[in-house]
Amino acid sequence: MKYELVSGLETHVELSTATKIFCSCTTAFGGAPNTHCCPVCTGMPGALPILNQKVVEYAIRAGLATHCTINEITHMDRKNYCYPDLPKAYQISQFDEPVCEHGYVELDSGKKIGITRIHIEEDAGKLVHERGFTFVDYNRGGVPLIEIVSEPDISSPEEAKEYLEKLQLIMRYIGVSDCKMQEGSMRADVNISLRPVGSKTLGTRTEIKNMSSPSFIVKAMQYEYERQAELLDRGEEIEQATLRYNESENTTSKMRGKEDAQDYRYFPEPDILTVHIPKEKIEEVKASLPELPTDKFRRYVRELGLSESTAKLIYPYRNVARYYETVLSKGVSPRTSANLIVGTVYATLKTEEEKEAFSIAVPEAELALLVSYVDSGKLQASKAGSILLQMLESGKPVSAYVREEDLKGLSDEELKKLCEGAIAANPKAVEDFKAGKQKAIGSLFGFLMKQSRGKADVKKAEVILRELLK
Amino acid sequence: MRDTISILSERLKKREISSVELTKAYIDAISSSDLNAYVHTSFDEALRQAEEADKRLKEGTATLLTGIPMSVKDNISTKGLETTCCSKMLEGYKPFYDATAYAKLRAEGAVLLGKNNMDEFAMGSTSETSYYGAPLNPRDKTRVTGGSSGGGAAAVAAHLAAYALGSDTGGSIRQPASFCGVVGLKPTYGAVSRYGLIAYGSSLDQIGPLANSVKDAAIVFDSIKGRDFRDQTSEETPYTVSDKLEGGGKGLKIGVAKEYFEGISPEMKGCLEGAIAFYEKEGAEIVPLSMPSLGLALPAYYIIACAEASSNLGRYDGIRFGHRAAKYESVDDMIARSRTEGFGKEVQRRIMLGTYVLSSGYYDAYYKKACTLRKQIVAAFDGLFSSCDVLLAPTSPNTAFPLNYTGQNRIEMYLSDICTVPVNIAGLPAISLPCGKDGKGLPVGMQLIGKKFDEATILRAAYTYERGERQEVEELEGGVL
Repeated sequence: MKYELVSGLETHVELSTATKIFCSCTTAFGGAPNTHCCPVCTGMPGALPILNQKVVEYAIRAGLATHCTINEITHMDRKNYCYPDLPKAYQISQFDEPVCEHGYVELDSGKKIGITRIHIEEDAGKLVHERGFTFVDYNRGGVPLIEIVSEPDISSPEEAKEYLEKLQLIMRYIGVSDCKMQEGSMRADVNISLRPVGSKTLGTRTEIKNMSSPSFIVKAMQYEYERQAELLDRGEEIEQATLRYNESENTTSKMRGKEDAQDYRYFPEPDILTVHIPKEKIEEVKASLPELPTDKFRRYVRELGLSESTAKLIYPYRNVARYYETVLSKGVSPRTSANLIVGTVYATLKTEEEKEAFSIAVPEAELALLVSYVDSGKLQASKAGSILLQMLESGKPVSAYVREEDLKGLSDEELKKLCEGAIAANPKAVEDFKAGKQKAIGSLFGFLMKQSRGKADVKKAEVILRELLK
Repeated sequence: MRDTISILSERLKKREISSVELTKAYIDAISSSDLNAYVHTSFDEALRQAEEADKRLKEGTATLLTGIPMSVKDNISTKGLETTCCSKMLEGYKPFYDATAYAKLRAEGAVLLGKNNMDEFAMGSTSETSYYGAPLNPRDKTRVTGGSSGGGAAAVAAHLAAYALGSDTGGSIRQPASFCGVVGLKPTYGAVSRYGLIAYGSSLDQIGPLANSVKDAAIVFDSIKGRDFRDQTSEETPYTVSDKLEGGGKGLKIGVAKEYFEGISPEMKGCLEGAIAFYEKEGAEIVPLSMPSLGLALPAYYIIACAEASSNLGRYDGIRFGHRAAKYESVDDMIARSRTEGFGKEVQRRIMLGTYVLSSGYYDAYYKKACTLRKQIVAAFDGLFSSCDVLLAPTSPNTAFPLNYTGQNRIEMYLSDICTVPVNIAGLPAISLPCGKDGKGLPVGMQLIGKKFDEATILRAAYTYERGERQEVEELEGGVL
């Protein structure tokens, strides 16, 4: 039978606030074990949590950027469970009144993946197994997280990957998280169920815990799809269970079944007051949001006239987009500027991190100047590219490579003379052209360019040459 | 006259006695006492603090509390000094920070003698659930001190401390104050920082003073109250109360809700009626009232307190501090064994009860319903306070129980909290002060309940009564010196 995949993601995003969610300890990654700690985040008896207002603000940002409604009244709850990395034996989280609800993330196809809710909570510490002992490091304990719960709107592993990448991009754009999956600052639990194509009822779902890379999510989902489809084909039932994904074997294995489902005994956290978020605050945060990635992409294509492929190479990188838009603010051609960035600058940036950082030796104004020469026909685009390459290496200004007199261009008189010279010097090409080989004119251009040191206007020259060769 | 803060402070300032001498006198008294009021003492450190205080007294930078020896309940964190909640679970646990309320007293130069006995994790009304054994009532050593702040009440009554800090979740300051014949103030929820108070029922707990006089209670309250950035539920209290005690009874509207008096002994009733008559004579208006929802407070209290406790006590797992089982097979086993060995029966009962009422399937029937009752009780008090300034009630339906009595009469013990828990449910301030004796010569406590953050009015009413009518307990007069 053919089955349709139904999937929803619960994504944990570590917020990049300077301090933890309930105390003033640093959130810095790493550090010697248990050095970023205090009585509050180690759950010492008598210590009390103080809600970091920045965390609430970041959650509002995340909510607005994913088209959520922001609840003006929200409160924290205790989620009770016992594990050595959770020093209070409860996690302060949110249960029935999360900060944000009812949003969506739009995929390239235009499909909207619904966001059920976004709530704030604290991270747990980390267990370290060494020399036959288990140690606990509470540095990560109390680092603020948001959990973004999607609707079961995802119908393929590729959609899950795109959804996650879009989320990652949005969170980075609005500055609430660096979303570094390898450092664990973004993790996802994937819910999967299958149903016969056309069916409306949901099948029994399994949940794959703690996935930390989009490509592994694709693999895990593919594996789980196959596994469930096989069971269903054999007429067997899917067991509702929590699974772990084994990266090296590309398999899932059961962590716990439905019968071991934990009762978290949620109840309102008495140590933290109900949070009231005034409308003005929401408006203030809304006003401070940057242009969102999807909007930027559309603007690049529709208003700036970039091709989709070029736009896609620029908008995901906040720093590149910022650089690009500063160049454009000097009134130069969006397409030429984009092409020089994508075609030339990118050639010098090896890794994604380098693109993300985008710290290059050419200031925006210098690139704009170079583009303006191309725009006015004074400089050929290819020439501009090679000059830019030299500038990137040397850090010298445009003026070091282009002399003003070179840019004056040629008078019509001078150009005509050059064309005549080119015809005289290339009898073979002229002969070929006259014999019908249109391409032969190319060698005449080559000659012209060499003679004029790139100053000749190709379009004008072509008109003149064709006229002379009639 | 008894050893009140005002008197001792006066003598210290006049240099009639030094803080070191005074502290030594208290240390001697504690050392020769058989009341079991203290479970951890810090005499060396106390003497060092007293020396420091003497310096301040000499320099003229002393406050009323500088150099005065005091004690702190064993669930209030004191840096470097054992803070065990009188539980085996926390045996040997020394906090690395001070509770805010205690730190404020220390900043004024208070001298800490040690930690007072209490019911384990503040769960009880007799202090008999203490891992260290029950403290004895100084009025009658065959009887309990009340609880859970029993050690503190006994210490103050027996002059083993000039005053003590207790905590009150359902009556734990007021009830032992009434049993031991001292003054106990439970401040408005949020008036005093809970930072460093080891939580029992977080939405109910409040630190407050046990003292020898209303004025002393007011002085200590003035010192410990106020907003603390470490406790989000604490609030700004930009006023003082110890200078507003003199108003007298005139113009006071004192409400008397009849439900509070149901089932109390005729002797106790007589004492309280005497107090009512006194206020009338002083020019107060007595307003007869009714609070039919009073009885709802008890189940609401036990559900909410136990629910919060079950969560608050989850952290005692033997991993980072406190008791750890010697033998275990896995981490889960280690936690289970440590908790089974570390917690006493009453604590285990309340953890189980709390876990149950929060469980899925039972939450709505218990916890949620209790929260609804809580709102009703808050509304009922609001109604009462629209026609009076202060409510007058017994602190407890009983005077001090005999030792080992409540162990067999657990429900009766729970029920005996009826007069005190409504105040915690509603977050109101209340004071208990001595108001005569019953037929056995045991102290009877009168409770005055006020509007939120209106400690000033209940203290004024209490002070008026204390000055005019209080019968001093002769055998304990004279104090430590």
